[in-house]
Amino acid sequence: MKKELIELRVNGRTHELALEPSKLLLDTLREDLQLTGSKRGCDDSSCGACTVQVDGIPVLSCTLLAASCEGQEITTVEGVSEHGSLAAIQKAYGDWGGAQCGFCTPGFMMTVKHLMAENPDPTEQEVRAALSGNLCRCTGYSQMYEAIKAAIEAEQKGMAAAK
Amino acid sequence: MIPVNFDYESPSTLAEALKLLASREDAKVLAGGHSLLPAMKLRLAQPALLVDIGRIAGLSYIRESNDQILVGAMTTHADIASSKLLQRSSPLLSQAATQIGDTQVRNRGTIGGSLAQAHPGADYPAAVLALDAQIIAAGPSGERVIAATAFFVGMFTTALRPDEIITEVRVPKTENESVVYKKHHHPASGYAVVGVAVRLKVSGGKIESAALGLSGVSQNAYRATAVEKALRGKPVAAIREAAAHAAENIEALGDYYASAEYRKHLATVMTRRALEQAASGAAK
Ligand SMILES: Cc1cc2nc3c(=O)[nH]c(=O)nc-3n(C[C@H](O)[C@H](O)[C@H](O)COP(=O)(O)OP(=O)(O)OC[C@H]3O[C@@H](n4cnc5c(N)ncnc54)[C@H](O)[C@@H]3O)c2cc1C
Ligand code: FES
Ligand code: FES
Repeated sequence: MKKELIELRVNGRTHELALEPSKLLLDTLREDLQLTGSKRGCDDSSCGACTVQVDGIPVLSCTLLAASCEGQEITTVEGVSEHGSLAAIQKAYGDWGGAQCGFCTPGFMMTVKHLMAENPDPTEQEVRAALSGNLCRCTGYSQMYEAIKAAIEAEQKGMAAAK
Repeated sequence: MIPVNFDYESPSTLAEALKLLASREDAKVLAGGHSLLPAMKLRLAQPALLVDIGRIAGLSYIRESNDQILVGAMTTHADIASSKLLQRSSPLLSQAATQIGDTQVRNRGTIGGSLAQAHPGADYPAAVLALDAQIIAAGPSGERVIAATAFFVGMFTTALRPDEIITEVRVPKTENESVVYKKHHHPASGYAVVGVAVRLKVSGGKIESAALGLSGVSQNAYRATAVEKALRGKPVAAIREAAAHAAENIEALGDYYASAEYRKHLATVMTRRALEQAASGAAK
């Protein structure tokens, strides 16, 4: 099958890849770049486990051609930690049991990170609305909301400290 | 995975895109991909060439022009939902966008793609019908304006020609009217089982004008002209009876979730509620 040379920027690094045009971003990340954090939960745009950020916006990498992302900045869960230490949301997930099997976690992280960047003080309703496209089969969501709340508080304290 | 391979082009100008689209019988436009890529995974669509219009500059915008708001075809549902300009001057489109799918779908899906797809349960079709919107299509021989009321012709079928690209949607400002979009979500897909878009002008307790678009009920979205007629010039109290005409002479869709009969009934109930809400929000 015919392949085309494309350049993808993922987590701050540029990769030159020979890809079939039909290759989905999710498969490119997992197969060509060995970034297996992003998961395929459904492959039909329903579960959000494959969520990554493209230019800072959470999108489904299972419903996106890799070729469409040339020249854009892709961030996966592997790019979420800050200077080698866990981001607030990662730490809070550990502290509050936000993950059980963890399959949905990378996708949630990418949506939550965007929410926290857009809206540093969201209401619970806003958190729930923002996460409407991410499904979890294990936690029942409650611990996850606790973790998110804790991460938001940690970030707010951090920001206050930095001021 | 997409089982069938295809050629892919991502032109940087509209002219190039139109040329590519006309170059092959089985070429298709790719916008947000949130209807097309899922269909290709299921082999429901097998285009041999995808013309990705995501790299054409200047197709994503929301701006004012006299008494209209102009929305670029590549504007995402999320941008339409959160636009202050639309919320202030023509909120019906924002209301519909807010209720589409989920966060990720709204971040990627576009208004041009949704209109071209013409899914029977899509949300914008009801809104653009009620707004008497204009859909701008560019083709090999130039641009034409298609009235929303002439756009939806069947299930997944529109007045758009295969070599045309939607570039813009124009909606009127509705600052002196009351608008409401009400939706009964399908519990699994999120699409509208019934979606009702209402645009109402009330003065001195009388309904001066009413326009209603309905999605989900039938093969394609439609204007509920019988309801409009039953409301015009009448007091607000006429709503209950008028709403009963919401699915009159309409061949309704039926499935395991909602039978045709149920859908028609739901259409009348949702229409009444949408009208009542619009009337209560309207200037007395
Ligand atoms: C999980 C999920 C839930 C959804 N829920 C809803 C919902 O509740 N309500 C709703 O309304 N929609 C819903 N959708 C559909 C979504 O709104 C899509 O984004 C939309 O239908 C298509 O827009 P797109 O930009 O993704 O177009 P694409 O998928 O790229 O294209 C769709 C079709 O339109 C054509 N096309 C695209 N752009 C143009 C253009 N500018 N000119 C001419 N032709 C064009 C393409 O060739 C293709 O045939 C849902 C989708 C998913 C995946
Ligand atoms: S794998 Fe992409 S939404 Fe489920
Ligand atoms: S922790 Fe298992 S699916 Fe969410």
